[in-house]
Amino acid sequence: MRNPYLPYPVRIDEIITETEDKNLKTFKFVFMNPEDEKGFSYTPGQFAELSIAGKGEIPIGIASSPTEKGFVKFTVNKVGAVTGHLHYMSAGDTMGIRGPLGNWYPWEEMEGKNVVIIGGGFAFTTLRSSIIYMLHPDNRPRFRDITVVYGARTPGMLLYKDELAAWEKRDDIKMHITVDGTSDPEWKYNIGFVPAVTEKKITSAENAIAIVCGPPVMIRFTQPVLEKLGFPPERIILSLEMRMKCGIGKCGRCNIGEKYVCKDGPVFSLAQLKQLPPEY
Amino acid sequence: MTYKVFGKKDWAETLKAVRASYRVFVPVREGDFHNFRPLEDETIPNFDFFNTRLSPKSIVYPQSERMFECLTDPESPEKGVLKESAKDYTLQAIVGVRPCDAQAFQIVKRNFDNPEYSDPWWVRRFESTILIGLGCNAPCPTCFCSSVGGGPFDEGRLDVLLYDLGDKYAARGLTERGGEFISKLQGGNPADGKVMKEASALAAAANEKITSRLPSDKLGQKSVTALFNAPFWEEAAFSCINCGTCTFLCPTCWCFDIQDEVCGKQVDRIRNWDTCMSSLFTLEGSGHNPREKKFQRVRQRFMHKLKYYPDKFKNGVQCSGCGRCVRYCPVNIDIRQVAGLMNECEEK
Repeated sequence: MRNPYLPYPVRIDEIITETEDKNLKTFKFVFMNPEDEKGFSYTPGQFAELSIAGKGEIPIGIASSPTEKGFVKFTVNKVGAVTGHLHYMSAGDTMGIRGPLGNWYPWEEMEGKNVVIIGGGFAFTTLRSSIIYMLHPDNRPRFRDITVVYGARTPGMLLYKDELAAWEKRDDIKMHITVDGTSDPEWKYNIGFVPAVTEKKITSAENAIAIVCGPPVMIRFTQPVLEKLGFPPERIILSLEMRMKCGIGKCGRCNIGEKYVCKDGPVFSLAQLKQLPPEY
Repeated sequence: MTYKVFGKKDWAETLKAVRASYRVFVPVREGDFHNFRPLEDETIPNFDFFNTRLSPKSIVYPQSERMFECLTDPESPEKGVLKESAKDYTLQAIVGVRPCDAQAFQIVKRNFDNPEYSDPWWVRRFESTILIGLGCNAPCPTCFCSSVGGGPFDEGRLDVLLYDLGDKYAARGLTERGGEFISKLQGGNPADGKVMKEASALAAAANEKITSRLPSDKLGQKSVTALFNAPFWEEAAFSCINCGTCTFLCPTCWCFDIQDEVCGKQVDRIRNWDTCMSSLFTLEGSGHNPREKKFQRVRQRFMHKLKYYPDKFKNGVQCSGCGRCVRYCPVNIDIRQVAGLMNECEEK
């Protein structure tokens, strides 16, 4: 059996600066041993440990979709020692990724349902993975209406701008992009916080499941909006973050009660979370 | 099974002779305390102890352990690619391990060796370890093994059980590997009926000496959120100084950290024991910390041992009753007392 702590060696293929503050970059990795790509078989919602020898590891949600072959993508916010170093690396450099880790969004349960995706800030990464996955011709018929509310502080802080523009043009996905504020007179989308836009744009919870991913304050104010719309806690799906090391439920730090965010999560329904101590 | 008697006079030499087949660890007196040390030519084993100050957990699970390494030579095409570090899995024997500490390995095993993920290093080193237990003729007032599924002469998790019969040890093989260990010890005589009777009487008497208990019988039925929100946590944690002595000494605490160390071009990825008593344990890059306050960390330690672990593995509490955390806590926090508070906590 493969050592679960050993990263797969990867090469950085491309680096894209995503946001105007240059603090978020998307890294496209290619496996140095092509057979490792099979070993790294993932489902949208999962994460991996990015590993830089001499710096450490950092758990990051997978931003690419398994329908995109030949590479994996991660969008990384520059925060600490590992991400800080990563932001100074270049295409061609080698490092490691370890995973895939954790569970995923409840794809089987979502089949035949309307899917409401609500994202804020740089937590949009595994939601991008999910959208790409659902829009793939093989998968699109499995889901009914797909509606997306995605907000950032300013237009320049939105991730994946080209893809957002392309999705806006499609008729099989309904986009509601919003920003907290902007001085751009050309801005043609919404202005307002995610919970308020959700309240305005999402009109029904009927046969729908909501995936919510964003900063704690956004989640706190979006949750009552969804509950008012009639989403039961079983159909409000959240993805959590926590400090992690091992990623496989051994090292003991990311527990919420008896659950480990790394192994039993990061995806939990609100119903599950209500049974657990509120310690996250 | 093999059952033999060995005189105490030659015991150290008998153990030294078996080093050809095993790396042997024995209790050694260090100042006022005992600790397990590798048996070398000059080592003086000392079996006159209640229990070692440090548990033997580091013999299976080192406090610091190299996981991977690599070179950061910019010329090398393998630059930055970590490779597993060489490991030593020599067959080892811990002689004189108390039954509580042997049970602790089984408690920890449920974390490191389960169908979801198996920790290759812990599992393999545990498999290369045989446990030569020493029954407790005189348990301490802080011992409560018998209320957490063990006992002063509990055999369940040992390969050999030694009975201290004054001038001699009776060694009873409990597993095939244990029988093999005894057969490799030079000298000794087969145990006769008298010795066996004497040994059983010793065990029965020791059981009676343990009067201290860890109450946990009602914890299973209580809801996790009710215990979590119980009113006593701040008070229970009031005197705690978050020193981490409890988690460091605990034979059933397994949490670890992973750190990269760089020395010149050499990179080592190392795992180190960690402690939930430190606020850094859960501090996130954003500055958010789910267990920022001291009482939250104290609550985590007790909830993990007495509620989360039992709920998860359905095999008792994460405590073997060795009493180290009770004896060495600088502010006298007592797990038996906190367990009592939890056990009697009213559901609202």
